[in-house]
Amino acid sequence: MSAASALPTSWRERLFGSPTITVVTLLLAALIAWIAVPIIRWALIDATWSGQTRNDCTGTGACWVFIKARFGQFMYGFYPIEERWRPNLAGILFALSGAAIVFAPKRLKLGLGLAALVILPPLGIWLLGGGFGLRAVETREWGGLMLTVFISIYASLIAIPLGILLALGRQSELKVVKLIAVLFIEFWRGVPIIAVIFLASLLLPLIMPAGIGVDRLARAVIGLGFCIAAYMAEAVRGGLQALPKGQREAATALGLSYWKATWFIILPQALRISLPAITNEFIALVKNTTLVLVVSILDLLGIAQASLADPNWVGMNMEAYVFSGGIYWLICFALSRWSRSMETKRGR
Amino acid sequence: MSKAFAFINDKRVRDVFYQAALLIGLVALLVYFIRNASQNMVQAGIASGFDFLWRTSGIEVPFVLTNYTQSDNILALFWAGVANTMLVTVIALVLSTALGFLIGIARLSSIWLVQAIAGAYVEFVRNIPLLFFVLFWYFGVIAALPAPRESLSVFGVAFLNNRGLTIPLPDAGANFKVAFVAIAISCLLHWLFLRWARRRKEATGQDAPVLRVGLVLLLLVPVLALAWATLATRWDIPVLRGFNYRGGFVVIPEFVALLAALVTYTAGFIAEIVRGGIQSVPHGQIEASSALGLKPGQTLRLVTIPQALRVMTPPMTNQYLNVLKNSSFGAAIAYPDVVSLFMGSALNNTGQAIEIIAMTLAVYLVIGLAVSAFMNWYNARIALVTR
Repeated sequence: MSAASALPTSWRERLFGSPTITVVTLLLAALIAWIAVPIIRWALIDATWSGQTRNDCTGTGACWVFIKARFGQFMYGFYPIEERWRPNLAGILFALSGAAIVFAPKRLKLGLGLAALVILPPLGIWLLGGGFGLRAVETREWGGLMLTVFISIYASLIAIPLGILLALGRQSELKVVKLIAVLFIEFWRGVPIIAVIFLASLLLPLIMPAGIGVDRLARAVIGLGFCIAAYMAEAVRGGLQALPKGQREAATALGLSYWKATWFIILPQALRISLPAITNEFIALVKNTTLVLVVSILDLLGIAQASLADPNWVGMNMEAYVFSGGIYWLICFALSRWSRSMETKRGR
Repeated sequence: MSKAFAFINDKRVRDVFYQAALLIGLVALLVYFIRNASQNMVQAGIASGFDFLWRTSGIEVPFVLTNYTQSDNILALFWAGVANTMLVTVIALVLSTALGFLIGIARLSSIWLVQAIAGAYVEFVRNIPLLFFVLFWYFGVIAALPAPRESLSVFGVAFLNNRGLTIPLPDAGANFKVAFVAIAISCLLHWLFLRWARRRKEATGQDAPVLRVGLVLLLLVPVLALAWATLATRWDIPVLRGFNYRGGFVVIPEFVALLAALVTYTAGFIAEIVRGGIQSVPHGQIEASSALGLKPGQTLRLVTIPQALRVMTPPMTNQYLNVLKNSSFGAAIAYPDVVSLFMGSALNNTGQAIEIIAMTLAVYLVIGLAVSAFMNWYNARIALVTR
């Protein structure tokens, strides 16, 4: 039944192996050409690449001048132009420390990772938000791809630790702990994320003591973080359940306490097993960051949507969508390929 | 340490202590939040409670299935939103299941190009946010459709333009009610017939004409009933008057865009589930059933599908619940679902944040629990019976 593996290897056999295959192949090829040729003409051949304004786009194709003119906004939103080195620096720091952790010798990995986890998040907020010697930039000015990346990273900083705790809670022998974890997970998994973002933006200021405001962006990040934590918990649970019971029993027999056994024996193995599932949840998170649009925070998709209202650039819908959609696709596709390669590596 | 305190080393005592501490901590946090909220609400002059539900809503809804009008109360607005959520969810479920099965089976085709196209579709759709599709269909595709005067005509009875899809509406529904009753009766008859046929087969070994009776009861009767109802009813067919169509029923563009986005997106995920389900049936099963003398059709019906379904049911349940939750993406293009009507408009008008949020979330949680319960029951029914 698994025909996928039973395909012939030579291209001639694959495309023209029998009369039926040949007919279907030719029909489909004609269909593809019929759809793809106008798209390629629009996107490449008839497109306008150089110029400054709307008036430079005289052809019938795409007006990529629009993307060029607004590239800065697509990347940084309304972040002040002279301060854009700050998100750049933050991004480079995150990327470098990520690389350092991946390529560090094994015995340094854990220490480096924990240090990065303690130092980088506050440093990133300081670089982006300012204060303490840097010019303050309010979160309403943040936007574009930078904001998409920011929300994804900071929401997962809430979601992954909380998700691990919840997964452990769900496996716990303590009845009350288990009940709380199950209720928390099932509640957040049962409600739409768009409603959670509304909820966070309405309820968080309400339940704080009068006078303490919660930043608009922080509300969205907290809401997303809690919601994704429930999904992360289910991803981690898969790893925990895949471990043989003997692992914890042996650790306990050696005299390790619950937390020591969890930290040194259970989690290193369980997280390695569930890493592909966690990555898939992270992809879902990246896709769901777009929902901050409903509380008028402008991430990449939000900026693309907002740019359609510019009277100087009327009718650029397709260009804006193709560009922003393409970036989302590249990010998510790369992540899913990475997760799949991990899975096959483990499967072997 | 003296013996009197030895009990603190008892695991059971410690467990109780830890759990009590956690519970007390959580309750304290909750009390703190509720106290803050009630203080803040008193300051903002909002009275808590559900009395606001009986106030007149005054909110105009462009697309209602219930009898809701602007002068009804807010509770009626809530139900109108729930009905709209359910409508788009159910139609999206049916269409995305059909498209998903088609693409999933195409991914297993023996023709390379069919496989490649299905694979490309899945890779494309799964790696793009759903909100992108919603906005794209709404602002990119529907908005680019021609104005009513140059509508795309569907057999001269339905018209697609940038103001939505105008479809004909029956003047009276009486004939359709009769038709639906007839269809329900024939489904019941079919079920009874299957039961009788199985009992007889088990008792005597005689085959019953299951296929022929099934075709008549499940296909011919419904088709005839619907055809009769369609022909016997007077239809209100939309006609172009001035700049827009008069008559018929206008399906708003928000609905069309949301439905298109939900179906195209979900189908990519369902396709992967279908492919995984079919591939999970070991090849030996099919070889064994043909060795036992089963025909290919019987093999598919009795061996492959039951085993594939068993693998597919849990992820499909998840997907179906996702469609329900994702229907709330309509709020981004102002499709009047429960989130956008109740959590958006009604909340803005009344300020009753906590009550409205609780009611909205309850809709999703109640439906989700009901669906999960049903699927668990179904899953238990089709599960492999082991020791």
